[in-house]
Amino acid sequence: MNNDLKNKDTQEKNNNPQMALDDEQRIKVLSPGMLVFKRFIRNKLAITGSIFIVAMFIFSFVGGWLMPYRESETFKKEVEMSKDYAGISINKDYKFVIDEGYDFPLSAQAQFVQAANKEDEVFSSLDIAYSQKKLAEDVHLIYGLQQVASATALGGNYAIELEDSTLNADFSAAFSDAISEGAAFFEFGGNEYVVSQERKNYTAGVLQPVALALKNIYDYASPETSNNLDFCMKSEIAFAEIASGGAAVQEFTSGGVKYQMTVENDRAIISEVKGDELIEYANASRYLVQPIYADVFFTLEFKTKVIELVEAGVEEFTYDHIDGKLGTYTLHRSNDVWSMKWIEETRVLDTFSFPDSVHPLGTDGNGMDVLTRLMYGGRISLIIGFIVVIIETFIGVVLGGIAGYFGKFVDNLIMRIVDIFNSIPSLPLLIILGAMMDAQRVDPMVRMMYLMIILGVLGWPGIARLVRGQILSLREQEFMIAAEATGISVSKRIFKHLVPNVMPQLIVISTLSLGGVILTESVISFLGLGVKFPFASWGNIINAVSNVYVMTNYLFVWIPAGFCILITVLGFNFIGDGLRDAFDPKMKR
Amino acid sequence: MRTYIIKRLFLSVGILFLVAFVIYALMRSMPTSYVEAVARERANLPGSKSYTEWLAQLNSIYGLDSGVVKGFFSWIGRAVRGQFGDSWYYNIPVTEKFKETVWFSFALGSVAFALELVIAIPLGILAARKQYSTVDYAVTVIALVGISLPVFFFATILKLVFSIQLGWFDLNGTVGRYFDQLSRWGQLLDIGKHYVLPVFALVIISIGGLMRYTRTNMLEVLNSDYIRTARAKGLSEKRVINYHAFRNTLIPIVTIIGGSIPGLFAGALITETLFGITGIGKTSYDAMVNGDIPFSMFYLLFLAALTLLGTLIADILYAVVDPRVRVN
Repeated sequence: MNNDLKNKDTQEKNNNPQMALDDEQRIKVLSPGMLVFKRFIRNKLAITGSIFIVAMFIFSFVGGWLMPYRESETFKKEVEMSKDYAGISINKDYKFVIDEGYDFPLSAQAQFVQAANKEDEVFSSLDIAYSQKKLAEDVHLIYGLQQVASATALGGNYAIELEDSTLNADFSAAFSDAISEGAAFFEFGGNEYVVSQERKNYTAGVLQPVALALKNIYDYASPETSNNLDFCMKSEIAFAEIASGGAAVQEFTSGGVKYQMTVENDRAIISEVKGDELIEYANASRYLVQPIYADVFFTLEFKTKVIELVEAGVEEFTYDHIDGKLGTYTLHRSNDVWSMKWIEETRVLDTFSFPDSVHPLGTDGNGMDVLTRLMYGGRISLIIGFIVVIIETFIGVVLGGIAGYFGKFVDNLIMRIVDIFNSIPSLPLLIILGAMMDAQRVDPMVRMMYLMIILGVLGWPGIARLVRGQILSLREQEFMIAAEATGISVSKRIFKHLVPNVMPQLIVISTLSLGGVILTESVISFLGLGVKFPFASWGNIINAVSNVYVMTNYLFVWIPAGFCILITVLGFNFIGDGLRDAFDPKMKR
Repeated sequence: MRTYIIKRLFLSVGILFLVAFVIYALMRSMPTSYVEAVARERANLPGSKSYTEWLAQLNSIYGLDSGVVKGFFSWIGRAVRGQFGDSWYYNIPVTEKFKETVWFSFALGSVAFALELVIAIPLGILAARKQYSTVDYAVTVIALVGISLPVFFFATILKLVFSIQLGWFDLNGTVGRYFDQLSRWGQLLDIGKHYVLPVFALVIISIGGLMRYTRTNMLEVLNSDYIRTARAKGLSEKRVINYHAFRNTLIPIVTIIGGSIPGLFAGALITETLFGITGIGKTSYDAMVNGDIPFSMFYLLFLAALTLLGTLIADILYAVVDPRVRVN
């Protein structure tokens, strides 16, 4: 101890050899404010806290201003989505082209398939007789019997009833001859008639082509064109002709229009001949290319391309899409069925993208930039904190000042009000009010204001108590007697003479409650009952963790917000603590 | 002393009465359309009463058809007799649901509180003894970080680290999946295991206050004259701290501990909700969010009563423990 003093002495002597006792530098007088400031500066924690707060202010206010993004700007990204686009299969079943005005029901179709396999010429379904004729391989023309006359056997004679007015008595004679001979067919006027018998009733019918069964699929250039029996039949015959080694170019006429057919890789290409011009009309092949969507029509060119690629075994290709874009398609084969997918570039919200140079902290579940949200959230949290503290300080100072100054009945009354407010549980109340505002669908902005008012109204009792306690002891002091003697008004005495003396404690408690308010606000917002979307707040950013998947996989969304709250509140607490130490002379620092 | 206690008791009851009035008035000032919406919603539940019946029931329960004051008296009249009505959300009497859940909260709160005491008081004393040392700074920083930590954030981090990444604890709930197959002892251990994380979260969050309170009071005591006297007469430092200083520090500490005991029943709303502990906190959170007015009113009143009781106990204990206060 002694040695220390001696050392210090000699040191001082060495430093300032000429220093006199009343040297100005030696008796440096510091103002009280300066003293507080010096004590504050010396406190490492307080300085750390100040740095935190300044950093958070710059981050929230300057950062938000510098950031190129807006508070609730959403970002999108291009993703490749493959949509089922078409199915391609090789047709192995008969398709039926039914002539206009005729009926060829499903049951008859089934009967036909059996008959065709057994090579039966005649078959019947639902009591209707049909006959079929093979025109070429896998092409069959199906005739239906159209009744023209009926006969009933009466003794040796036949009562004949004609149903077609173009027929005459000669026909009746031929018919009855045929019945008596027991023939199945008879000829009349170049037409062949079929006789069928049911007990004593006979009918004569003419064979009429009703349907064409074929296995080739016809694709037309125009979406309006559909299969036509005559066209298909003639085309099939021509196709078979080419296949069996006939002329490579076949011509036929159907419905007064002339068509020309060529064959390429087992696919028939049919063009309409108009003068010297050939107009693309239809293609026929075993491939069935069907779009998934009803409103899509494939052009002949596209279908041909797809069939070629299917035959070549290609798995991915690009092709001009209908709306002019270059589309990418994939083909996937399973047995003889191919599914074609269209890979489409779609713009979707860029949610939960990991941090990169564009979004330093990634994006959140709404596709918004997390860093920007943090900055704006900081603004809101800080602004709410300050406004709430201003409200509660104002109420607290006014009521506490009045209670402390007047004492007695007024004091008692105000202190009981303080007790009441103190006992009202604030967090549950905020939750109830938040849930209620949810039910009422209160506008987010209005909500935020309500939140501030409620927090302020619930927070003042502590400040009122502090002010009142201080003023109770201060009002007995001499300067108050002097103030009273000078005739200063009561309100001036309270707010100009007493309250300023409470300033140090007021500053400390306000700083500390700033942290508390930010914490409460974040809890309420975290529960989804405080600051609401589209506004950002640190609490509602962390709200994303209610989804466990987000909590475990997208740490960058919620961890920074948590640290923002921690740092800000810690900063305010450090400063408040440092200020308390600096203001309080008892804490001899 | 007795008159003081009786006086304080009456005052507390009076304040509780006024708090009840404020709470009631707040609930009453909710837009009527809200009650109507609740009635409509509840009428839509399968097998429920009709809308008009619900509305009539709500109106009669809360005296919504009469004025605020009259309605309040009819409500408080029933509340005093313990009739808080049926919870809308849980469909059983409010008090029954309360009895079911409060003990979970009490267990959580008391374990956390005991740990807090065991950790905070020695650390606070240590910090005060070595003021401005590294230990002191460390204690201050830990205390302030604890105070500043948002509980939901801290709890989430705990869940992430210990439940998901390390897999030591379940993410949620009070019992494990195979609880029913365990022996009695195993069941106890299972419950204990589920309480580890919530207790840890609660302790860290609330330890700061007590630690700093102990430190401040210990500092005050250490600066007082009788400590100087004790040192002057040559007592060992150990005896000075443990005997003279600590006993005097106990006065404010006992007061604050006594004041905290009612709070153990209040439940930790956020912690319980996040860890899925079916205590009073989580139960009432669910009730409040779902617009369960009877349960919410009961819970608010319950919390207010606990706060008042805490203050009352602290004040009385202060007078009991400190002879200097007892004079008047």
